[in-house]
Amino acid sequence: MRAPYVAVVVTLALGTSATPLRPAPSAGATISGKITYTGVPPKMKPIDMAKEPSCAAQHTAAPVTTENVVTGLGNALRYVVVYVSSGDQPAPPPAEAVRYDQKGCQYIPHVAVLDVNQPLDIYNDDQTSHNIHPLAKQNPEWNKSQPIGAPPIHTKFEKPEFIPVKCNVHPWMHGWFVVLPTTHHALSGPDGEFSITGLAPGKYTVTAWHEQFSSLSEDVSVSGSETKTVNFTFKATLY
Amino acid sequence: MRPKTPVVAWVSGVVVLLWAVGARPCVAQESHIGTLTGHAAAGKKVYRRYCVLCHGADGDGTGENAMWIDPKPRDFTLAVFKCRSTPSGTLPTDQDLFEAMSRGFLTTNMPPWLPLTRQNRADAVAYIKTFSPKWRTLKAGTPITIPPEPAAAIESILRGRGLFQKMECWKCHGPLGHGDGQSAKTLTDNKDNPIPPYNFSTGSRFKCGETNRDLYRIFMTGLDGTPMPSFGDDLKPGDAWDLVHFLRTLQPLDTPEAALWRAWLASHASDLKPIGPPGGGR
Repeated sequence: MRAPYVAVVVTLALGTSATPLRPAPSAGATISGKITYTGVPPKMKPIDMAKEPSCAAQHTAAPVTTENVVTGLGNALRYVVVYVSSGDQPAPPPAEAVRYDQKGCQYIPHVAVLDVNQPLDIYNDDQTSHNIHPLAKQNPEWNKSQPIGAPPIHTKFEKPEFIPVKCNVHPWMHGWFVVLPTTHHALSGPDGEFSITGLAPGKYTVTAWHEQFSSLSEDVSVSGSETKTVNFTFKATLY
Repeated sequence: MRPKTPVVAWVSGVVVLLWAVGARPCVAQESHIGTLTGHAAAGKKVYRRYCVLCHGADGDGTGENAMWIDPKPRDFTLAVFKCRSTPSGTLPTDQDLFEAMSRGFLTTNMPPWLPLTRQNRADAVAYIKTFSPKWRTLKAGTPITIPPEPAAAIESILRGRGLFQKMECWKCHGPLGHGDGQSAKTLTDNKDNPIPPYNFSTGSRFKCGETNRDLYRIFMTGLDGTPMPSFGDDLKPGDAWDLVHFLRTLQPLDTPEAALWRAWLASHASDLKPIGPPGGGR
């Protein structure tokens, strides 16, 4: 008998007082830092694109390798997704789309980070057909062909998930769509640096995720417009 | 305006309750195939007798027999299905599941389940839909529209051949459709198991049917969970029928398309540029 009554009260409360709280995007605190690794990271494998001459021609200057562990000077680790995993206020996703390119038979960027329901535009800039195949489990798994000169695919994902992306035509192409339930996220650059801005004062858990080295978390409190430094060090494993 | 709000909230509260208590789960526990209604409770009995040894008690494709079987039994907990009338990434219709079960899957251990009554099969479809929560939150996709097939003509076949080249079907299916394209050996499904592209030279039925309409639907919706993508955004209906007509010429079957093709080839074989990478290949 109790449960229905509670449900009605909850609905009442939601119906009358639901106004979304959203921190101003530019103001607020910042969490920044550097992602590094210890140990010996695996060597990235060279990619032979001879079977796709139009793509191979774009990489004559620098050889292409796999991108699952990309390192920089000073043990910097690239393509680590850093995000607020708890303590964040729900906010509507940004209206601007995240751009994901298939160029030179590679995914650029290797990891795309987006909000739940944020628009995602997928472009084929190559002189070859690609099929784009997000291997989602929580979200729908789809697989669409995108021939030469085809318009961009506009899509979005409704549930948070780390989704591996592949092109079956070009088996070396691997990427990620990281769909997060927060607008506060960043991707580490070639120097391993990241910066999450626009945080309201409060206590947060910040998580750093790497596709091969799993994830690390740390609790951080921020106030005003201060900048807190949080560094993450992953233990590199060969496999 | 103000006094209205509580009323609206009360009404919406009642609606939410009704929805939470009973209305929605019922939908997921039923299947509708034409005038037939299948029920999950009855379907469970069918499933426990005929399906469980391969697909498993939890529907995750790890039944007792699964380790001996290749390709692996379908994992119903993912709600990803090859044979759909609906666009890539959407749930299939009940009718799609019913037909897949009735048809069986050629070159796999899944037989046609025609010995079961239509009611049995409809019940099993309803039960299969209880394994994934997606059936409770998402509706089946809207089936794609397939316009009537134009008569096959040599012009249509030649346009289809151009599309086979342009859409790069040959990269997996091979220049002659033998399933030996340059990417063929690297293909894996959504569980990372190797999967071969269809070999047209076997002349066998397709996994998702045997008619020209089935063939149209296969490449316009894609086979979800496999490397075969949907071309629904890239091909207009006319193009798609052209491609169907050409694909039929790759099969050693006595089809009208194959007859047209052989007749034309007898006098024009030297006009044809080989399919494959520009300036090379076979």
